[in-house]
Amino acid sequence: MSGPRDLIQSVVVIVPARNEADRIGAVLDAVRRAAPAARIAVIDDGSEDDTGAVARAHGAQVLRHPFTLGYGAALQTGYHWALRQRFTRLVQLDADGQHDPASIPSLLAALDAGAQLVLGSRYLDPATTPRTSFARRMGSRFFAFVVSRWTGTRITDPTSGYQAMDRRVVERLALDDFPEDFPDSDVLIALAREGVRFAEVPVQMRERLGGVSMHRGGRIAYYAYKMALTLSLLPVRRSSPFRAGRELARAGAD
Amino acid sequence: MPSFGPILQELQGPALREAVDGLPGHQKTVAIVLSIAMFLVVVELVRKRKLREEYSLVWMLTAFALLVLAIQHRLLNVVRDLVGAVESTSALFFGALVFLMLLSLQFSVRLSKLTFRNRTLSQRVALLEDEIDNLRAGRGGSDRAASDRAAAEPRDGDAGAA
Repeated sequence: MSGPRDLIQSVVVIVPARNEADRIGAVLDAVRRAAPAARIAVIDDGSEDDTGAVARAHGAQVLRHPFTLGYGAALQTGYHWALRQRFTRLVQLDADGQHDPASIPSLLAALDAGAQLVLGSRYLDPATTPRTSFARRMGSRFFAFVVSRWTGTRITDPTSGYQAMDRRVVERLALDDFPEDFPDSDVLIALAREGVRFAEVPVQMRERLGGVSMHRGGRIAYYAYKMALTLSLLPVRRSSPFRAGRELARAGAD
Repeated sequence: MPSFGPILQELQGPALREAVDGLPGHQKTVAIVLSIAMFLVVVELVRKRKLREEYSLVWMLTAFALLVLAIQHRLLNVVRDLVGAVESTSALFFGALVFLMLLSLQFSVRLSKLTFRNRTLSQRVALLEDEIDNLRAGRGGSDRAASDRAAAEPRDGDAGAA
């Protein structure tokens, strides 16, 4: 099976979504405008509204979790799906409209320039830097500092979910040890230790069109705790004892 | 600073002197009845297939340990001195607490494993549903026939995408 289909499928866009029926249509239309040839998959993480139906109506493939598994797990389902397609580059962005799909070409350009993982950063360009709470800004700065030190690349926005990556990175992230709740700083550092090359491009984050941010209240404290734990265990931790995901990834890669 | 020494001695003295050998009579009875009841409940749950054999083991061991400690004064005294308790009763409680902690830890480990399996299964379901949809759309015909074929040759779906 080769020919024009290879070209069409060379970019895949995955959009994890939960209860985003009101917003996802516009996001998918914008993705279509920014990357007309891309195949788009929405991972419906156990939504209680019509997210899946709306996404399908807007031309996306829909993968539905039978119940909510978490943001990271939804991304990973997308990685597994992607590995079953022919693609060379993958873009992931959130369904709530925060990530402007118009930036997709610049993320892909950075991949073509030699990076394997490209982060869309809202802090790279002072003009686009959003106003956030002091605590959150300090937290962001701290993790940016830690990640930059460990990866040897200047990273300003390690918590960005707006990313582009090549197939090798997708294969790596499809493995079992991918966190199901907050995949960011720890994942970046693990990848850096394995020699993955990073790049950042400035993106504008729009105000959320509604819904609830992932990083809020008690979850911020848990996030800080979890990052501290996983980062300090990173050098000595065993790889996941579970095999299922590895086999799943291999089946997709074959 | 006033000397609390004598007062403390006064408070501790009797307790130390009264440190009993093993358990006082009715406490011993309670412990024995409790351990036998525990044993019976566990056996009954296994009989009704409400408790898996692998989980029954820890409970059985606890019931047994409780029984042995209640009956064997000397062993309980060893435990008491080991944890630095004054009363044998506290030593028994302490043992129960340690056991409960171990059990909860075991449950947390199991939960982590189950959570992981749950996640992988759900992801797989999502991927398989997608493949079935594609097969149905691709092959046309009745949905029934398509899903029968999909069920008969699940490997084909993988190959089709690759």
